[in-house]
Amino acid sequence: MSVNATPAGAQAAAEAESEQSGGRHAAVPQQRSRRGSRAPLSENKRAERRLGWLLCAPAALVMVLVTAYPILYSVWLSLQRFDLRFPDERQFVGLENYVTVLTNDFWWTAFGVTALITVVTVAVELVLGMGLALIMHRTLVGRGIVRTAALIPYGIVTVVAAFSWRYAWTPGTGYLANLFDGSAPLTERASSLAIIMLAEIWKTTPFMALLLMAGLALVPEDLLKAASTDGATAWQRFTKVMLPVMKPAILVALLFRTLDAFRVFDNIFVLTNGGNETSSVSMLAYNNLIRGLNLGIGSTMSVLIFITVAIIAFVFVKLFGTAAPGSDDGERR
Amino acid sequence: MADIVLDKVSKRFPDGTTAVQDVDLEIADGEFVILVGPSGCGKSTTLNMIAGLEDISSGELRIGGERVNDKAPRDRDIAMVFQSYALYPNMTVRENMAFPLRLAKLDKETINQKVDEAAKVLELTALLDRKPANLSGGQRQRVAMGRAIVRQPKAFLMDEPLSNLDAKLRVQMRTVVSRLQKQLGTTTVYVTHDQTEAMTLGDRVVIMRGGAVQQVGPPQELYDHPRNLFVAGFIGSPSMNFVHAAVEDGKLRTALGDVPIGERVRRELEAGDAPRELILGIRPEHFEDAALIDDETRRRGMEFEAPVDIVESMGSDKYVYFTVEGERATAAELEELAADAGAADFAGGGSNLVTRLSAESPVREGESRRVWFNLEKIHLFDPGSGRNLTLHEGRSAGALAD
Ligand SMILES: Nc1ncnc2c1ncn2[C@@H]1O[C@H](COP(=O)(O)OP(=O)(O)O)[C@@H](O)[C@H]1O
Ligand SMILES: [Mg+2]
Repeated sequence: MSVNATPAGAQAAAEAESEQSGGRHAAVPQQRSRRGSRAPLSENKRAERRLGWLLCAPAALVMVLVTAYPILYSVWLSLQRFDLRFPDERQFVGLENYVTVLTNDFWWTAFGVTALITVVTVAVELVLGMGLALIMHRTLVGRGIVRTAALIPYGIVTVVAAFSWRYAWTPGTGYLANLFDGSAPLTERASSLAIIMLAEIWKTTPFMALLLMAGLALVPEDLLKAASTDGATAWQRFTKVMLPVMKPAILVALLFRTLDAFRVFDNIFVLTNGGNETSSVSMLAYNNLIRGLNLGIGSTMSVLIFITVAIIAFVFVKLFGTAAPGSDDGERR
Repeated sequence: MADIVLDKVSKRFPDGTTAVQDVDLEIADGEFVILVGPSGCGKSTTLNMIAGLEDISSGELRIGGERVNDKAPRDRDIAMVFQSYALYPNMTVRENMAFPLRLAKLDKETINQKVDEAAKVLELTALLDRKPANLSGGQRQRVAMGRAIVRQPKAFLMDEPLSNLDAKLRVQMRTVVSRLQKQLGTTTVYVTHDQTEAMTLGDRVVIMRGGAVQQVGPPQELYDHPRNLFVAGFIGSPSMNFVHAAVEDGKLRTALGDVPIGERVRRELEAGDAPRELILGIRPEHFEDAALIDDETRRRGMEFEAPVDIVESMGSDKYVYFTVEGERATAAELEELAADAGAADFAGGGSNLVTRLSAESPVREGESRRVWFNLEKIHLFDPGSGRNLTLHEGRSAGALAD
């Protein structure tokens, strides 16, 4: 039972991710077809679209089969009192689990921590990633080497990287801890959170940079030249020309990273194991589900995470909607 | 408004390419100068250096008498129009045109007034609230022009502005550009690949090849008195015919018969290092159906007979293509021109002759026809250096001149 339940929780998250990544790839064409549906479609286009649906039908079907069952099963579990330590007390309780979780301080603390980590890391990553992307974009010699070097942190397994951060910050043995007079930052809440965020940022900024670089490639060289002769300074070129053209790519990058950051788990697991109120919602769900064997509460948390992630995705997709005409312009020319 | 002076301007890219070499050019205030040449000859690079978008490796650039080598584009007060239009996709037409004015921190009222004025000149008033994506190519190009003229800059730089338009629109826009430039009297440097634009638009044409200026002058002068093989082959459509000519017994042995030469060319050829083989160049309109000319004219030229390949009747005259026997004219310049034009368009190096005969000529495909050509209009080129041997003090006088 617990074997079954574990993937259920994990898969709720995985589903959210796969749905998002699907959404990301489809974002641009989706906008297109949505635009198209306003105007009458030609016969040809309609046939083309039908073919499109047919072609992705098998994949969509498999995805539904693989993800719909676990999701529905978690929802089902979340509506029951179901603790593996007391299997006899299993009982359908409606929304009681939700009330329990949503009135619980641990949940809201974890939610706050998660939100903080998400906002701070994504904001910092956006700025750093943009800087890195600009550097990589402008680099003429050894571009391949520069890009590879920048991507190394992203290539390291998170848990391994997290352990190296943990040792680095451990008093006595860690070089970073020694820099700070052998203090133990991982034993205090604020510094622990800072280190968790640092590890996250260090690891995923390259990924952000890579996504943004794809956006930079969308900005035509002539546009920047035109802006130069029109009298724009470098900063004005960046804010008034590059950013608007890149907006769709920036939103995609933000969406990706926000969803990722919201499900932060491994860094916290290794660095503090949730001590000193540094748990994220994913940690909390894991603790209830796997450690506590409380399938009801754990599933409830998984479902809540799933809902939050869905809301974030929805907001971003709405933002795409306003960005799409701009991106369309750029492409159609 | 200002004059633009390029003084031995060169551009070497970091990868070692020398894109522009020692270009000397003086563009007068209000002048319309065309830069033309095959692709990759350094036209855009030259323009970018004038705009300040590329650094100048060596030499000096002066605008309005002031050295501007180290000035940023925004401090040069120059407007540029691109082949790709380069409109800001997120801005409306009005915002696009207002952009340079907004950056110049003009007040809103002035901006609106200037934009409306420019829009009226370019017939864009009805489109002011559209986004570039919802405009046709010609409209986009007009917006790009509008963005350039609102600022009343010292000079316009245009890099193949009409190349993305279809043929008909290109003709229309050509007159728009021409009229606009005359009206505003702004110094303009215009890059093109299209020789109709080169011939019709500018006061003067600069022909470039491999980063170097080949010849500068009014279009008609370049057409009539090309300094070298490259200029001769580049200017003119259909292009000049080139045939191999061997110097023998004071005559030129060619596929069109033995061509006599005058004193001046003879003197040129007597020099120790003079070439023994030449390339004879003659334009299509300097041929005529031998049956249609009077004796007076006949004496100024000579005749040959050749089989007719194709006749294209243009109404006003006929383009007639002949095949002639004999060696092909070969020179590096001709190969370059052929490569640039696409071999099909450039018959110059082959054994095909393109002639333009009077519409009255009864010439038919498949027959053999006697054709006259004008010896006074012949050019002789040194295949090695490409130099035009018939040129004397900048004028071309044909093969017979004394
Ligand atoms: N950034 C660059 N780096 C190296 N070589 C370049 C660069 N830009 C242009 N070139 C080279 O300089 C030459 C001239 O280019 P360009 O001025 O664009 O030609 P045109 O506009 O006449 O077609 C070409 O051979 C081109 O390959
Ligand atoms: Mg060019």
